[in-house]
Amino acid sequence: MYLSSRVRRVLAALTFLGLAFLYVPLILIVLNAFNRSRTFSFPPAGFTLRWWSAAAHSEGALHALGTSIRAGLGATAVALVLGTMAAFAVQRFDFFGRSTISFLVVLPIALPGIVTGLALNAAFTHVLDPLGIGFGLTTVIIGHATFCIVIVYNNVQARLRRMSGSLEEASADLGATGWQTFRLVTFPALRGALLAGALLAFGLSFDEIVVTTFTSGPAVQTLPLWIFGNLFRPNQAPVVNVVAAVLIALAVLPVWLAQRLGDDAASSRF
Amino acid sequence: MGGQVATDQELTLVPSVVPAPHDRRGAVSAFFSAKRKTRLAMLLGAPMLWLVLAYLGSIAVLLLSALWSTDFFTGNITHTYRLDNLREVYTQSLYRTVTLRTITVALVVTLLDVLLAFPMAFYLSKVAGPRLRKVLLVAVLTPLWASYLVKAYAWRSLLAPNGPVSWLTGGHTPGYGLTATVITLAYLWLPYMVIPVFAGFERVPRSLFEASADLGAGAGRTVRSVLLPMVFPAVAAGSIFTFSLTLGDYIAVGIVGGKTQLLANVIYGQLVTANNQPLAAALATVPLIAIVLYLLLMRRTGALDNI
Repeated sequence: MYLSSRVRRVLAALTFLGLAFLYVPLILIVLNAFNRSRTFSFPPAGFTLRWWSAAAHSEGALHALGTSIRAGLGATAVALVLGTMAAFAVQRFDFFGRSTISFLVVLPIALPGIVTGLALNAAFTHVLDPLGIGFGLTTVIIGHATFCIVIVYNNVQARLRRMSGSLEEASADLGATGWQTFRLVTFPALRGALLAGALLAFGLSFDEIVVTTFTSGPAVQTLPLWIFGNLFRPNQAPVVNVVAAVLIALAVLPVWLAQRLGDDAASSRF
Repeated sequence: MGGQVATDQELTLVPSVVPAPHDRRGAVSAFFSAKRKTRLAMLLGAPMLWLVLAYLGSIAVLLLSALWSTDFFTGNITHTYRLDNLREVYTQSLYRTVTLRTITVALVVTLLDVLLAFPMAFYLSKVAGPRLRKVLLVAVLTPLWASYLVKAYAWRSLLAPNGPVSWLTGGHTPGYGLTATVITLAYLWLPYMVIPVFAGFERVPRSLFEASADLGAGAGRTVRSVLLPMVFPAVAAGSIFTFSLTLGDYIAVGIVGGKTQLLANVIYGQLVTANNQPLAAALATVPLIAIVLYLLLMRRTGALDNI
């Protein structure tokens, strides 16, 4: 399409304005982690690294980080298994109600977080609790896995769609057993999609707070819950600032990894 | 049993009907289809058990619990089925005001995100050169991974009484309230709109622009008659996220909203502060119905294939 240079310039300007809108708040948070002033003030009072060592010794934050990692790994493992199975069923089989599966898989992230959270909370209170499974890390993992399935499912399904079944048929024709075909043909072709799916699922779980609030119970504190709990405590503000800056810096990681995986992985968060 | 009979018939019928070169393939696929049902059941069993039993089951429990009631004195839940909670939620003017406010905020946030995302996606997909485009794409994707809470917190700092916005404008900051809520939510969900819209632009082949130009259309006409209809399903897909995320958010609202209450805040308040789970469940039917209606509406645009 021929676009006049003026239209191109306007589009470029709007794009960079949009990027500025995205980045200014993040840069501010990173700067603030080095702010000498204990309370938030602008412009910053001076440079210090004091809060970074305070954060490194903050037991609450470190413990919460550990909990978040365990919850993320658990949810990712469940999502990897269930999402891959569902993707195989939908891509490699034709059956009644096939289109409903995609809808069902996407529902946990399409519905508002508070609905999912409240529903799981109600079910855990009325069904799991009487069975002896109280609120804790297990319930957090169940909750996170429910909305992480779709991420793995989407990634694996997209890969399976591009990879025709003929390779697997060829493998079978050459005498490989079903397991050998899966191990030597299907799995290597899927590895990238599985890694990307796992990465994205972990990222989603790591950042989740609404569903976590309703599924965690009092004893379990993930990192987002810790941040939220300390957000309004003035004496914790410098440590929160440092944790926030670290989380912003960490955001580069999944995008970089996804680029290395050479897939459109980072853009297929949902 | 019926399935077993059908596959047996296929096994005996296929070789005689299909011509010779296809004999072996027919036999192979018949062999597969005989085992297919078991294999399909094994593949689907666990995910369906999880999603139907754990997820839809939970929603069923939620809907049931909306009919229960909380004993005023003991705080215990009475398991008798009454429509009182739902009647209260759908008739009281307080809840109607909050619902209207929430839906308005959701629509304004969605509109803002469309307006911000559209030129960005357009520029990235159709104007920027390949190298710049790669850099810009990473630049747009990275903030999506920065923590949600950190981003909301960033806006709290930006809009603080002694914060940068106030410093820059000489005190003319919107402060914490409805405006801050709208800005922050639009900020939080922007990448969720940019990504599908960008993907939508990518699906429009350049040759269509040339065809449109050859037929005498200018840039404006091409955007209106070729680009917009093709990108619309992607915008609709993005709007499902911006809409649904706004309906379900109470945390960002709590951080920058001041006294502003959206639906999710009221639900949270009923569950945690008032300890009235049945009323919270009844209130949760409002965003649930809203988003189901929205999904049905958007399904007609083909948005669901773009998620």
